[in-house]
Amino acid sequence: MSSPARKIKLEAKPNWVSTRNPCKACAPMGATLVMRGIEGGVPFLHGSQGCATYMRRYLISHFREPMDIATSGFSEASTIFGGGANLRQGLQNVTSQYKPGLIGIATTCLTETIGEDMNLLLHEYRAKGGQAENAPELVHVATPSYRGTHVDGFNDAVRAVVEQMAAEGALPSAYTQSFLNIFPGMVSAEDLRFLKEVADDFGIPATVFPDYSETLDGPSMLKYKKIPEGGTPLLALHATPAARASIELGRTLRQKKTAASFLQERFLVPAKRIGLPVGVEETDVFFNTMEKVTGAPMPEKYAAQRGRLIDAYVDGHKYVFGKRAIVFGDEDMVVGMTSLLAEIGAQPILCASGGKSGALAKSIAEVTTHLKEAPLVREGVDFMTMAEEAEMKELKPDFMIGSSKGAKFARALGVPLIRVGFPIHDRFGGQRILHLGYRGAQQLFDQIINTLLELKQDSSPIGYSYL
Amino acid sequence: MSIDPRVVKDELIQIYPKKLRQKRSEQIVVTQKGEGGSVPEIKANVRTSPGIITQRGCTYAGCKGVVIGPSRDILSITHGPIGCAFYSWLTRRNQTRPATLEDPNYINYCLSTDMQEENIVFGGEKKLKAAIREAAQLFKPKAIALFSTCPVGLIGDDVHAVARELKEELGINIFGFSCEGYRGVSQSAGHHIANNGVFKNVVGLNETPHPEKFKVNVLGEYNIGGDGFVIEELLTRCGIKQISTFSGNSTYDTMANAHTADLNLIMCHRSINYVAEMMEKRFGIPWMKINFIGADATAKSLRRLGEYFEDDALKARIEEVIAEEQEKVSGIREAVKARCTGKTAMLFVGGSRAHHYQQLFKDIGMKVLAAGYEFGHRDDYEGRKVLPTVKVDADSKNIEEIDVVPDPVRFRPRRTAERIEQMEAMTEMEFRDYVGMMPEMDDDTLVIDDLSQHESDRLLEMYRPDIFCAGIKEKFGVQKMGIPCKQLHSYDYGGPYAGFRGAINFYKDIDRMVNMKYASFLTPPWAAQEKEAQQAAAD
Ligand code: SF4
Ligand code: SF4
Repeated sequence: MSSPARKIKLEAKPNWVSTRNPCKACAPMGATLVMRGIEGGVPFLHGSQGCATYMRRYLISHFREPMDIATSGFSEASTIFGGGANLRQGLQNVTSQYKPGLIGIATTCLTETIGEDMNLLLHEYRAKGGQAENAPELVHVATPSYRGTHVDGFNDAVRAVVEQMAAEGALPSAYTQSFLNIFPGMVSAEDLRFLKEVADDFGIPATVFPDYSETLDGPSMLKYKKIPEGGTPLLALHATPAARASIELGRTLRQKKTAASFLQERFLVPAKRIGLPVGVEETDVFFNTMEKVTGAPMPEKYAAQRGRLIDAYVDGHKYVFGKRAIVFGDEDMVVGMTSLLAEIGAQPILCASGGKSGALAKSIAEVTTHLKEAPLVREGVDFMTMAEEAEMKELKPDFMIGSSKGAKFARALGVPLIRVGFPIHDRFGGQRILHLGYRGAQQLFDQIINTLLELKQDSSPIGYSYL
Repeated sequence: MSIDPRVVKDELIQIYPKKLRQKRSEQIVVTQKGEGGSVPEIKANVRTSPGIITQRGCTYAGCKGVVIGPSRDILSITHGPIGCAFYSWLTRRNQTRPATLEDPNYINYCLSTDMQEENIVFGGEKKLKAAIREAAQLFKPKAIALFSTCPVGLIGDDVHAVARELKEELGINIFGFSCEGYRGVSQSAGHHIANNGVFKNVVGLNETPHPEKFKVNVLGEYNIGGDGFVIEELLTRCGIKQISTFSGNSTYDTMANAHTADLNLIMCHRSINYVAEMMEKRFGIPWMKINFIGADATAKSLRRLGEYFEDDALKARIEEVIAEEQEKVSGIREAVKARCTGKTAMLFVGGSRAHHYQQLFKDIGMKVLAAGYEFGHRDDYEGRKVLPTVKVDADSKNIEEIDVVPDPVRFRPRRTAERIEQMEAMTEMEFRDYVGMMPEMDDDTLVIDDLSQHESDRLLEMYRPDIFCAGIKEKFGVQKMGIPCKQLHSYDYGGPYAGFRGAINFYKDIDRMVNMKYASFLTPPWAAQEKEAQQAAAD
């Protein structure tokens, strides 16, 4: 398209005030993704129409699937008099068009800045007949984007929905038997399918929340459905307090108030808070946890997958050993990828995220104990800061691993970028990348090796044919 | 296919509550030309009702994303929380081509003040100033543009005051836009705000003279997919100098130099007519609506230039170029036409493309079943003659109308009023006019303003057109039903589609899409067999 970016000379390294090429998006976007992962759910942004359009556009470019987000569409007047009237009208119109089972409302900068009282507004709405039969359930989450990132919005929405929907009393019969809650964090549609499969193979029903494995990766159809099939069932969301345990994935979440911590405190549902199962070690922890909470042994097929993976690790070791990598993206994905790289003999040199949980450094340290050289860890950084760091510290990476957003950076460094996580809009099938489990690790490992081989082959004058 | 569009209209809106149904019924019309070519009135540029899933964007998107963004050496800083900047980072496909590798190109960068809670509470001006200073140090740009997003207006940060102060301090041109997302009905408000800002702060600052005889600006052309390159190349071949574009492939200096042109050509009327009017008032440059989408439309537009400049040599050159190019087009057009005739299309995009692209479909024998704009106004549908009767609502009143007076020194009417009148009488040329979409459409076609997601779903079910033209937000829902969707905002990462060369690209792309095989896979063979068996049993 255009010429390569002009090289910018740094005179000194100031402490930058502005964000230059962000490695994060805003909180409500994460929340809308969660709402889309509920059966019959329609995401709704309380604020200006433009945010909804931008977020739809963004999520769609990753998933290549329709993604409807409704909005209350603020005007100048609503910013002065409040958006109550718009909210009511919006909810009514969504109900008449979509007949949803649930409307999941997230606030935006605008509504948070004017301080809309969502509890009150929704209470009034329900009181005025929003309660009628077939009326959708309403849940809401506060997602001011001047606080946190899209990942925070995502996790806050998971917690808010669980809090607001957890039923106190008796449960429908389907939920009286033993089952699990799984809170996977912001993973791919394929990852969600994997988690459901594992639960199935362990023979235990599981509520995976959110579950956009079908709502954002669905089949073609002659008759279009406005709200696609799939998603976490509403009944399952009411039943979360009755689960035998909650498994929550993501090391950086452990100190936070989350859905799992809420269920533990309020309903004494044991919370198993472990890392995202990326790579052998983190996946071992995951299966170990599954064994403990179900009392069943890991099904044979996973042992076989693990065996194949280890075999491949040995065979591929020579290609990847000592290769230096920059890892970036959402915090827990960064931790997972770093763990994988560390165990295959690569050297993660910079682990960076736009997120700022305060737990990234500790989490990275935990998964890299056996590395001789500890990687640099940077929280709350943008791509230009990463690039400056790479230049000044002479990091000289061999490859990078992260989202499409790092493509320009990788190109400037002249190294390949292996795309994982979110967003992936310059490659096809981002929603179908399997990051989790032994099989996920296998695919990532193969891809890393092949990327390095391709580089070697392409840059060699000899033109190897056996590598 | 004989579906009564009036029945369709009722069907689309019947699920709405009464008030909304009434409003939508005025935004959906069935074309019918009356006496003297009159067309029915349509309601447009009104707020989308809450809860209706619209494809429209916000004021910020129109200002930063559409109009200013494509200019490669105006450094943009988004003042607000991170989202708005992130989502507008390289999401439009305006191409740019710096002359050398050393020339600045800031399009790849996304700069934001990334406001945090304390900035919302205590104000963000300090942070904005710091951001400007460091951007100036880092990039050394000629100009910096500041864009306000929703919370900025609420907390009362004054981007204009900051711009003035830092302009003084840093000695470069810095200007701000109050383009908070909620200000307007759609991105259209942002276009207007951007036009005002460019006119006030940029146009007229560069006096570089040009010796060429025929000088034009191409306004409202954003170089999506390289359209602007094609147009410039065509103009150059004919011997016409393009001084500037607003704003595909543009630079600050070319925009600042725009007032030295002798004619303004308008591609997208909606997004840019304001600055054309202002330039005419201040500098005396007439403007004319042209259209470089479609081979015949391109030929017609070029011929108008010949007539405007009243130069025989120019006219001859233009004819040569047209003849040469049309020859290349016609063979392909006929071949594609043979495969596409009778197929159907719908177009719902922007503020001009839903009009311009209809011709390309007609060229290959396809029928347009329905069309509409995302953010057009009544004049884009019905023509500028309705302007005096357009109601100005609260949202439009929000936007500044600049009072423009002739420049005491530089006002120079390029053509006298009488000459313009003569030209209009003698030729097909019309100045300061746009006829709009509807007068050029067949009768009994649906025109739908601000098509909602629900309406689009129903429309597709009822008609199953062979192709649907829209944007990325609609694309994958349409394609789920096995109907190909052509993105006419981003061109599906293809193009260019302008000029003769572009028309060829477009014909080929459409041919490929409407004759694609995958729709036949939608029903799996076992389901088809079952259906047959059931049929047989029933018989
Ligand atoms: S509507 Fe406001 S907050 Fe939303 S994207 Fe536009 S400017 Fe940003
Ligand atoms: S940062 Fe705020 S205003 Fe901007 S898109 Fe996100 S929610 Fe909207």
